[in-house]
Amino acid sequence: MQSEAESAPFMPATDVDTGILPIRESGRGALQISIDETRRSAAQNAPIKARATDLNFYYGDFKALKSLNIEMREKQVTALIGPSGCGKSTFLRCFNRMHDLTPGTRYEGSITLFPDNIDLVARNVDPIEVRMRIGMVFQKPNPFPKSIFENVAYGLRVSGMRSRVRIEEEVEKALRNSALWDEVKDRLDSSGLSLSGGQQQRLCIARALATNPEILLFDEPTSALDPIATARIEELIATLREQVTVIIVTHNMQQAARVSDYTAFMYLGELIEFDQTSTIFTNPSKKATEDYITGRYG
Amino acid sequence: MSDITSGPGAAAIRQRLRVRRARDRVIEAVLLASALVAVVTTISIVYILVSESVPFFKTVSLADFFTDTMWTPMFAEPRFGILPLLAGTLVTTMVALCVAIPCGTIIAIYLSEFAPHKLREIIKPVLELLGAVPTVVYGYFALMVVTPLLQKFIPGLPGFNMLSPGLVIGLMIIPYVASVSEDAMRAVPNYMREGSYAMGATRFQTATRVVVPGALSGIAAAYILGISRAVGETMVVAVAAGLQPNLTFNPLESAATITAFIVQVSLGDLPHDSIGYQSIFAAGLVLMVTTLIFNIAGFALTRRFREEY
Repeated sequence: MQSEAESAPFMPATDVDTGILPIRESGRGALQISIDETRRSAAQNAPIKARATDLNFYYGDFKALKSLNIEMREKQVTALIGPSGCGKSTFLRCFNRMHDLTPGTRYEGSITLFPDNIDLVARNVDPIEVRMRIGMVFQKPNPFPKSIFENVAYGLRVSGMRSRVRIEEEVEKALRNSALWDEVKDRLDSSGLSLSGGQQQRLCIARALATNPEILLFDEPTSALDPIATARIEELIATLREQVTVIIVTHNMQQAARVSDYTAFMYLGELIEFDQTSTIFTNPSKKATEDYITGRYG
Repeated sequence: MSDITSGPGAAAIRQRLRVRRARDRVIEAVLLASALVAVVTTISIVYILVSESVPFFKTVSLADFFTDTMWTPMFAEPRFGILPLLAGTLVTTMVALCVAIPCGTIIAIYLSEFAPHKLREIIKPVLELLGAVPTVVYGYFALMVVTPLLQKFIPGLPGFNMLSPGLVIGLMIIPYVASVSEDAMRAVPNYMREGSYAMGATRFQTATRVVVPGALSGIAAAYILGISRAVGETMVVAVAAGLQPNLTFNPLESAATITAFIVQVSLGDLPHDSIGYQSIFAAGLVLMVTTLIFNIAGFALTRRFREEY
């Protein structure tokens, strides 16, 4: 699956040198956290982008999320961690109303999007509108069986943009922002599926970025990728924080530690602990959190 | 490899291996034989059509066959121009497709992308039941119901015409088109739909921009199946189109199709060793080639436009 383009400029050794991936070799129980004080205070002072208030979510009679209260800060990366089935993906999918596609699901409480003060899960808020403002990248890269160009243009087209010139501009911008432009600029007409797995995932990120979303949701975006492709996605997420609020679900503790500013630990549908990532990974206040991140649990 | 030949259980292992291999060979032979039935049948049909057409083409030149505008095998001076029959077949097929392709595709999109699960479980069997109605019933339905109905809107429409059987054939093949298209659309993986919805696409946009292009090869197969059924349909046209070979592309006129002619001759209007009787094999050959051309064209078009996931 690994293409030349993807592996050549990216030797694992340099990752460590540049400090992008400081804890590649370390085991799960020995997470190293470099505490960057400027980043910590920036994270603390960032305005609130979204706030979940007493959010409950039901699949039929099953209560999958139990009165979650959490605030996501603007242009920060928030990681959702926790064992399988803890509700982190379920929570993520509340933000763009993906559950509306499944019959028998129900939201209670609210997720307020700032500064517009819109309740994302309110019945009278159109999920189509929500999804245009909140992008999503999935676990398995899922580009459409269309050309690279058309993949990125998709969101613009469905939202009614007609101007060829503007679409071309936006597509190029999105591909540049997802660090894919140089690799694909000469073959925008070839199928999105002709790319390697990592490139496909960056194409999906470009697709999501093209509509200028306010929040970008990542649902375990690297779990189907090899370590090198994973490193590139992580690096990309680090640069994306400059323009968009990111929420990422991950099973990989090191990934959460590497890419996020805030981390939420969830268990059995409840939010157990939420704090700055450096705090969660160095000085968690709950025993359960510590057990989980050090690998003593699930 | 060598360790099992000398160990204590070696003989038993070899014995079991022999039995398993023999059983596999038998199963494979049975499966191959079943597959060959289809191949052998097709080859025999082609062989018979060709070999029986040869004496016919010794009497009637290919040039006459394809350029003569009259098909009158029962006249004292018979003429064998296939064009009137071919025109009849094409007109009824086109009318049928104008009904079946839009309706079938829309039904498939509805069932696959919009209908609630329970409703789909009801509609699909009912739809497939439509395909189980004997075609002669459809023939009389065309003659007794559809034609009189059409005559109210189109004054002067003759009792036998191609429009009415064409429409009814269209109705008849909707289930094939809809059912096969729907299967193809349902086979498009859900993560494609999720990707589309997550971009803010509506259900309709997702259906038309992602699901249909992704399922195109299956949908094209459905269309080709529908075309083959329409081209080969016999009873409806034999009953309701008039059995009068007539070189016209006007669906309001009566005409005969290739299949209708074949059934007419087979019913015994012509003596078995006559040239007129042999003409049905030539007509059958044309029918088969027509279907083949549609198949190849459909295949080529699909390759050009499909978006494979």
